[in-house]
Amino acid sequence: MDKTSKGIQTLSTHCSYKTKFAFRFLRSLMKLKKQHQPISSSSSSSMELIHKRSQRIKMLAYSSIAHAAGPRRAWSRAILFKLQSRARHHYFTRKRSSLDSKTKQKKILKNKRVMRNHNIIRAGSTSRVTRETKQMKKLREIVPGGKEMDICSLFDETAHYVKCLSMQVQVMQAIADRFSK
Amino acid sequence: MSSRRSRSRQQSGNSSAITDDQITDLVSKLQQLIPEIRNRRSDKVSASKVLQETCNYIRNLHREVDDLSDRLSELLANTDADSAQAAIIRSLLM
Repeated sequence: MDKTSKGIQTLSTHCSYKTKFAFRFLRSLMKLKKQHQPISSSSSSSMELIHKRSQRIKMLAYSSIAHAAGPRRAWSRAILFKLQSRARHHYFTRKRSSLDSKTKQKKILKNKRVMRNHNIIRAGSTSRVTRETKQMKKLREIVPGGKEMDICSLFDETAHYVKCLSMQVQVMQAIADRFSK
Repeated sequence: MSSRRSRSRQQSGNSSAITDDQITDLVSKLQQLIPEIRNRRSDKVSASKVLQETCNYIRNLHREVDDLSDRLSELLANTDADSAQAAIIRSLLM
């Protein structure tokens, strides 16, 4: 009985993840559509426009899935942080005030240095379990926020990330199919 | 000296000691999510293989997201917003 109730709970959370993601993503897609309503004439500029828009759509998709997953997950926090700092950097380079971006970069580096000491203490252990394998290093690079996690959270976050990512692909596929009909 | 070692392990910041069982549990949970391994249905998949397949799977998903956003960008240019929006929301809610 416990298992089924837990199963139903996970099912409902994943249903709500899906709906949350779908609504947020669709809303931002429609907003994007309205922004670029007048279709330009020449083909070369429209190819560039399409490419730029596809980059924007990709960012919107990751932002939507990170927001849907919530701040309780390290990978979603990492994605949102990366997107926000990228937006901030974009804003500051446009304004041409390099001073602010430098201080922000210093803050980020300091944070990372503190976190790295975390792993060095554990590296001395020679047990099979805590040894950093090549695959784990690759996983840390691929999963957002993976570099600062310990092994248990890395696996846990990866599992959740894989679930949400496959759901994101599923929804985007459904939207693309619907649009193309 | 053993007390110093245990103290340093506590200072490593992890709230609970990582046991082998915990790791194998997590790896098997990951194993269930990867479609290639799940379809092969053999219980003797090694942990490194699971991690390898996970990396490949995540990379494939990233590539699919790229392709889908390209496709969506093209489609967005060619459709009108309102009817598409209504159709999509209806289909997703069903």
